[in-house]
Amino acid sequence: MPPVPIIRVRASMLTRVVAPLLVLAVAWLAGVPPAGAADEHAEKRAGMVATIAALAADDNRDTGRGRLAPRVMAAMGQTPRHEFVPERRRDDAYRNSPLPIGHGQTISQPYIVALMTDLLDAGPGDRVLEVGTGSGYQAAVLAPLVARVFTIEIIPPLGRTAAERLKRLGYGNVETRIGDGYYGWEDEAPFDAIVVTAAASHIPPPLVQQLKPGGRMVIPVGERFHVQYLTLVTKDADGHVTVRELLPVAFVPLTGDH
Amino acid sequence: MTRAPAPPLAAVALLSAAALGYEVLLLRLFSIVQWHHFAYMIISLALLGYGVSGTVLALLGERAGRHFETLFMAAASLFGAAAVGCFLAAQRVPFNPLELLWDASQPARLAAIYLVLAVPFLFAATGIGLAFVRFRDRIGRVYGADLLGAGGGALGVLGLLFVAMPMDALSVIGALGPVAAALAAGQARRWGPMVAAAALAAGLAVLPAGTLGITPYKGLSQTLETAGARVLSESSSPLGLLTVVDSPRIPFRHAPGLSLASPVGPPEQLGVFTDGDAYAAINRSDPGGPPPGHFAYLTSALPYALRQDPRVLVLGAGVGGDVLQALGQGAAAVDAVEINRQMADLVRGTYAEFAGRPFDRPGVRLHIAEARGFVTASGGGYDIIQVALLDAFGSASAGLHALNESYLYTVEALGLYLDRLADGGLLAVTRWVKLPPRDGLKLLATAAAALRRAGIEEPGRHLALIRGWKTSTLLVRDGPFTAAEAAAVRRFCVERSFDLAWLPDMTADEANRFTVLDQPYFFDGATALLGPDAASFTDRYKYDIRPATDDRPYFFNAFKWRLLPELTALRGRGGLGLLEWGYPVLVATLAQAAVAAVLLIAVPLWLTRRAAAGHAGRGRVLVYFLGLGFAFLFVEMAFIQKFILFLNHPIYAAAAVLSAFLVFAGLGSLVSARLPGRNPAAFAIAAIAMIALTSVFVLPPILAELAAIPLPARFAVSMALIAPLAFCMGMPFPAGLARLGQGAPALIPWAWAINGCASVLGAVLATVIAIEVGFTAVILAAVALYGVAAASFPRPEPP
Repeated sequence: MPPVPIIRVRASMLTRVVAPLLVLAVAWLAGVPPAGAADEHAEKRAGMVATIAALAADDNRDTGRGRLAPRVMAAMGQTPRHEFVPERRRDDAYRNSPLPIGHGQTISQPYIVALMTDLLDAGPGDRVLEVGTGSGYQAAVLAPLVARVFTIEIIPPLGRTAAERLKRLGYGNVETRIGDGYYGWEDEAPFDAIVVTAAASHIPPPLVQQLKPGGRMVIPVGERFHVQYLTLVTKDADGHVTVRELLPVAFVPLTGDH
Repeated sequence: MTRAPAPPLAAVALLSAAALGYEVLLLRLFSIVQWHHFAYMIISLALLGYGVSGTVLALLGERAGRHFETLFMAAASLFGAAAVGCFLAAQRVPFNPLELLWDASQPARLAAIYLVLAVPFLFAATGIGLAFVRFRDRIGRVYGADLLGAGGGALGVLGLLFVAMPMDALSVIGALGPVAAALAAGQARRWGPMVAAAALAAGLAVLPAGTLGITPYKGLSQTLETAGARVLSESSSPLGLLTVVDSPRIPFRHAPGLSLASPVGPPEQLGVFTDGDAYAAINRSDPGGPPPGHFAYLTSALPYALRQDPRVLVLGAGVGGDVLQALGQGAAAVDAVEINRQMADLVRGTYAEFAGRPFDRPGVRLHIAEARGFVTASGGGYDIIQVALLDAFGSASAGLHALNESYLYTVEALGLYLDRLADGGLLAVTRWVKLPPRDGLKLLATAAAALRRAGIEEPGRHLALIRGWKTSTLLVRDGPFTAAEAAAVRRFCVERSFDLAWLPDMTADEANRFTVLDQPYFFDGATALLGPDAASFTDRYKYDIRPATDDRPYFFNAFKWRLLPELTALRGRGGLGLLEWGYPVLVATLAQAAVAAVLLIAVPLWLTRRAAAGHAGRGRVLVYFLGLGFAFLFVEMAFIQKFILFLNHPIYAAAAVLSAFLVFAGLGSLVSARLPGRNPAAFAIAAIAMIALTSVFVLPPILAELAAIPLPARFAVSMALIAPLAFCMGMPFPAGLARLGQGAPALIPWAWAINGCASVLGAVLATVIAIEVGFTAVILAAVALYGVAAASFPRPEPP
C-alpha cells in the first residue's frame, strides 16, 4: 500500500482557524458533565470538529466558496458519533473517515456529513426528510438544526437499531420508519429539505414532488466508502427544478500549465 | 542399486490437474466474492506456492526421496484438505477492498488471504516436486505427466464449471488431491493409507464446502438485505454466476439516468446479478403489448430520435432491456447479441412470460456470441448499433473495473462497428457519468481516433455527446450530422432535461444547462479533444483518457500517478472518491508479492547457507534465472490478454493459454537435453525472440480472420498458435539447470528459487507494463530479458 499522508495542518492555519475553534469547542464542552468516558469522546469530537473546520478553511482558500455554517459545525460538535458506530470501531468514531456499520452500509466520512448538512441549508423551523437512515448519525446531526426530521431505512435491522438509538439518545424530533424511501413520506410532505443517502439509479420523481418550493435535496453519488460527487436538486419559488452536481472537494481535472 | 518402482504417473498427473484446476477455479470464485481484479493476485500466489515448494524440497534434501510414498500421499491429501479449507479460511478474513485506503489493517488482511491461498499450491507443488526428486532417473516421464495433467486440469475445470455450481466444483477439486494420494498408495500396495485417502476424498466430495461469502458491498448482497427480497434462481457457468432476485415489498426501479421528465417510471422488475453485481433488470412486459414507456426517457434512446424504422444491432443484449427499447422506439429489425446463453435463456425460459419474451418478438433475432466476433463476421448494414451499459455503477465509480480488459471500447472495436453501419448509420455507446469525466471523455477520444483512422479529418462533425444525471450517450455517425439531425438531438435533450456535451455546431452557452456542473467539464473536454490541442489536453488532464486500443485495452482505467498524492492529500475533504484505485491496488499487490517471494523463497535458502557461497558463477546464475522467470511470465500474461478477444472471456483465455504453455513448454523441456553447444539455450532463445516478435504482427490478423469459427475450434487454434513459442520457451530453464547439474549442483535450489520469485512478480508486473504502455511492450520487454538471459548462460565449471 502506498503510504497515506496524514492531513497536515499548517501553523498559519492553526492560528487562524483551528485555535479559535478549539476555544469555542472547549467553551461549549464546559457545559457537558465531566464523566471520564464522555470526556474522552468529547475531546476526540472537538478534535474532529477542528479538523473539519481546518479542511473547510482550506477548501475555502482553494475555491473561494464559503462553506460550513457555524450552526452546522456546532451540530457536528454536539452529536456523539461514537454512539452511531459499531462497538468495536468506537475508537475510530471521530476519525475523519467512513466506517462500516454492517449490512454493507457505512456511516459517512464526518467531513462529507458536514458538507451535506451545510448544502441542505435547513433552518430551525424546517421539516427534513432523510432516505437511508443507516446508523442514524445524519438524522442526529440534523435534529438540533431543524424542527423535525423524518427518516426512512430500507434494511429492517438497521432501521430498528437506529430508531432505538435515536430514542435512547433523546432525539425527540426524529421520526423513523422502515420501508421504501422511493415514494418519500407522503403524510408528512412537503419538506424543506431532503437527503437521499440510498443508492438510486435515477432521481426519484416522488421526492422532487415532495420538495417545497425553495427546498433543497442532496444526493451523494458514488460507492459506499468513496463519495464521488454530490447532487443538489433545488426547487425555486415557481416550482422550477435545477439539478447541480458538485465535487465534494476543490479539484480541477486539468493541470494549470505544463 | 536396486531398480526403483515405477513412478506414480497417474497420481502426479491428477495432482497437477487438480492444482491448475484450483487456480482457474479461484479466478472464478474471487470474481464472485470480490471483483475480477484479484485475478493477477491469484496467478501470483499460485506461483508463490510453487516457488516455496522448491525451497522446501531443497531444505528437505535427500530425505525427500527416501520417504517418497509417505510424503507424496501426505502432500496430495493436504492439498485436497487445504484447497477447501484455505478457501473457507480466506473467506473468513474480513477483507474489504473498498476500505483499503481508509483502514490500515486492510492491506494486512489482503496479505493474509494471499498467503493462506498459496498453501494449497505449496502442497501440490511439493508432492509433484517429490516425484522429480525420487524419480530423477525418469524425470522426463514424470515431467510429462505433470504438464499434461496441468494442461488438462486448466481446461477440465471449465467443463466442470458448466455442470457444477462454483462451491461444488471446489469440493470436486479438493477431492482430487486425496484421490491422487490413493492412486499412489495403491501403486505402492499400501492399502491402509489408500483406504484413508479414499475416505478423505469421499468426505471432501460429499460434505458441502459451504456458501460463498460475497462481499456485503456488492449489489446482490445489498438487495438481499431489504425486506422481502429473495433469490428466485441461480445458474452458473464459467461466464458468471447469475442470480435472479424478486423484491415484491420494495420494488426494483432500475432505470439508469431516467429523465425527471419521464411521465412513467419503470415497470415491475426482477433483478439479475452477474457474480453478485452488474445489476440488470428484467422488465415486466406483455408479449403482445407495447414495451415499457420509460425506455424513451433514457439517454440511450437518443439514436432512435434520429432514425425511422431502423435496423438495429444491440451488443450486450443481456435480458433484453435494450431490445425492448429498440422495439418501443420503432425498430424494424433487431439483431441482439449476448455472450452468455444462460443470461438470454432467463427471458426465454423461466421468466419468459414475465419478460414478455423480448427475444421472440417479431423482427428480433438473438445471437449467442461475443460482440466483436459477431460484428467481425456480420455483413453489417445497421442503421443503429447500440452498445449496452452492462457494468454496475458502484464498482465503475470506484475504478474497480480498472484492470478489466475490455475489447468492446477500443479504437479497433469502434472502427469495426463504424464499418458495419449503413450509410448515415449511428453507433450509440452509453456510459455512466463520472465526475470529473473520465471514461466519457476517453470514449470520445477513442471514437475520434477510430474516425481518424478511417481517414476522416474532422471527427467532430461525426460525433454527438449528451449526458443526463447518471449516464451519457455518445453517437458516432457514418458521415457528418445533418442540420435536421442536430435539431433532433437538441429537441430530444430539451424534452428530457438532458445536456448537450458535444454537437458539431453547438455553442458554449448551450452546454451545462440542466444538470449543472461547476464547470462545463464535458463540453470543454470534448472541445479540447476534438480541436488542435488534443494531445496537450490529454497530457495535462489528471485522468488517463488516452484512447483505449487492442494493445492497451484498459478502457476502464483512468488512473494517473499524479492523482495519488493530490487526492490522498485531499482525502479529508472527500477526495478519495475521485481516486481510481483499482490500479494502485494492483501495484500494492506487486509490492506484497515481492516481499512474500523474497521472504518465503529466497531468505530460507540464504539462511541455511545451502548455496555454496564461493561459486564464481553466482552472478550469471542470478541474472539468467531471474531473466527467464520474468520473461516467461511476461509472454504468458501477454498471450492471455491477446487471446481474451479471441476466446471471448478472460477465464477461457487463462485456461487455454495456461494449458498450452504448460503442455508445449513441457515437451520443449524434454528435448532440451539434446540442444548442442556451449550455450544451448541460445538456440532456443533466438527462436523465442523470432517467434514472439513475429507474433506481435501476425497474430492479430490471424485471430481476427478466425474470430467467427466455433469456440471449440478456436480453443484448438489457440493451442496450435501457442505451441511453437511455448515449445521453445520450455528449453532454456532445464538447459540452465542441466549445466548447473554438471558443475555446480549446489546452485540448483537457488536457480529454482530465483526463477520462482521472478515468476511471482512477473505475473503482476506484466499487467502494470500493459496498462502503462501496452502488450506489445510487454512482449518486447520479454524478448529483451531473454536476450540478457542468453548472454548470462551459466559457464561450464573449469575442469
